[in-house]
Amino acid sequence: MRPEPHLIDYTIILLYFAFVLGIGFVLKKYMKTSTDFFLSGRSIPAWIAGLAFLSANLGAQEVIGMGASGAKYGIATSHFYWIGAVPAMLFVGVFMMPFYYGSRARSVPEYLKLRFDEKTRGFNAISFAVMTVFSSGVSMYAMGKLLQLLLGWNFTAAILISALIVLAYTFLGGLTSAIYNEVLQFFLIVMGFIPLVYLGLRDVGGWDGLKARIANDAMVHSWKYMGNSNANPMGVEWFGMLMGLAFVLSFGYWCTDFLVVQRAMAADSMTAARRTPVIAAFPKMVFPFLVILPGMIAGVATSPRVHGMIGGKSEVAGVAAQSSFFTGGKGIIPPKYDAAGQPVTADGKVVLDYDLATPMMLVRYFPSGLLGLGLCALIASFMSGMAGNTTAFNTVWTYDIYQSYINKTASDQHYLWMGRASTVFGLGISLMAAFVAKEFNNILDVLQLVFAFVNAPLFATFMLGMFWKRTTGHGAFWGLLGGTVAAATHYGLTLPAGAVAGVKGGYLGPILHVYPSEMAQNFWTAIFAWVGCFTLTVVISLLTAPRPEQELKGLVYSLTARPEEGGLRWYQKPATLALIVVVLLLGLNLIFW
Amino acid sequence: MGFDIRMPIGMLFTLFGILLIGYGAATNGSAMYAEHSLGVNINAWWGVALLAFGLGMLALTRLRRKQQPAAKEQE
Repeated sequence: MRPEPHLIDYTIILLYFAFVLGIGFVLKKYMKTSTDFFLSGRSIPAWIAGLAFLSANLGAQEVIGMGASGAKYGIATSHFYWIGAVPAMLFVGVFMMPFYYGSRARSVPEYLKLRFDEKTRGFNAISFAVMTVFSSGVSMYAMGKLLQLLLGWNFTAAILISALIVLAYTFLGGLTSAIYNEVLQFFLIVMGFIPLVYLGLRDVGGWDGLKARIANDAMVHSWKYMGNSNANPMGVEWFGMLMGLAFVLSFGYWCTDFLVVQRAMAADSMTAARRTPVIAAFPKMVFPFLVILPGMIAGVATSPRVHGMIGGKSEVAGVAAQSSFFTGGKGIIPPKYDAAGQPVTADGKVVLDYDLATPMMLVRYFPSGLLGLGLCALIASFMSGMAGNTTAFNTVWTYDIYQSYINKTASDQHYLWMGRASTVFGLGISLMAAFVAKEFNNILDVLQLVFAFVNAPLFATFMLGMFWKRTTGHGAFWGLLGGTVAAATHYGLTLPAGAVAGVKGGYLGPILHVYPSEMAQNFWTAIFAWVGCFTLTVVISLLTAPRPEQELKGLVYSLTARPEEGGLRWYQKPATLALIVVVLLLGLNLIFW
Repeated sequence: MGFDIRMPIGMLFTLFGILLIGYGAATNGSAMYAEHSLGVNINAWWGVALLAFGLGMLALTRLRRKQQPAAKEQE
């Protein structure tokens, strides 16, 4: 069932490309200094920075991944948003931006240098740079693979063309170009997915109809079955979820990842910078309905075209027929196929290709015309993920690696040039990574594992750095290292249920614990990493000499004046907005309990 | 910095809206709507929504431009 895009669909996509490039060209003349190029001259209004903050993270891996998780786990996937991302975004806006923005650091590693020392900055800069450029490659690979599978487009052509377009607009317009296109992408995703959710829900009979068809109560409640990891499809219980996902992983990402923090740093004032993540939190709360629901619907949807032609049929009173569009599939989700075109099985059960849940929804419910818009939204989210990674990379490379270690005293114009050069070679490395990923899937998994280990302890370091003035550079560095090792160790001594030792864990030999699911193992690895980093940082900080308090003004909570909020209307105050979000969050959690 | 982002966004969505309304009108009653979008001419309907959104954005841009000279005079 390969859809045939018509001229109208290609026209829509080409129009989008034209606009994206046009924006880059128009912005070129505003890129006069390195601050313009890497930080948009710190002149972006809060609403734009906010939408970009949200969109930079909204790569297709999230759009597709959340659809896949929705199909697998149901509405509990919303925890990633309502317990994970949104609280973290509020925290970074209200409490951490004063230090990021107030310190005038030009990047997250630079904040670490100002607060701690050079080696902490170096560790963060190098690991982040490598990670971000490979993430971009992984994104490209995922996109190429999807377009090839779905539409038969040539893998190499698809990623080369999109990489060239991203290269063009980030090369010309720097961060501003990336930000403006991210805002465009945000609206594309919203306008592209609303009709999808509308049609899907209408087809299955609304939320109640969906619940009836899924016929698994644990898939339609987010908290009710969290008491016991065996009771819900995710295989986690509330504590691991709260500490692992919410606290360590989400806060770790949203509070320390330069890809998103960079957008807030580009804001035009301190209040704007603080409001940026909070503004982003509002639409973020609503996204579960746009990206998770399609996945859930995909698992129970049918298609009129071949209904009854493939797969077995069974009529259960009042509930839709169980025939699947694909033999061995579920709803319109196909199984994974091996090279011979046969469904892959594991333990006698067919392995489903959940990543295709959302794309199949687009193909199922969108006629030509709207299909172009839907595909455009998908492609846009891939490209903006790439652009986000590229702009984060070129900044960290130029300021934190090149300027710090290689060439300290060049002119600003030289660094601007280096920014452009690193955009080119950054994308080049990403492209190579995409091709490597195509050949060696396992390398991808290993890399992503390593990055997870490096990320897990980060939040402990930042939290201690920003809120405890006694934290020292030695403490921070060894804490980071120790936390990473703790993560790797925990992962090496545990396995998720049913997995074989190797990339899934247990590579250190003895298996000390088997977790009910991969997700549970990930959450607990994160918890161990955070605790390890926190403890080590505290202990070593107490054993080493701190910097004089004079030097830490503006970098630590107790040594910084509260941000000025006089003269702001109530809706302009970050804390007030954050409070509104918290109330709404509680409501959402209760509704889907 | 730069220009008002609302303008290209407005322009693009207005164009999308016009394209989809046109295509929806041209293909009205086609079998593809029964096959995909539950019989609804979703191209035409959503085209209207896109057009409205695009025009709204452009209106905001013009509003902004009118406000700015006024704000400058107040300084």
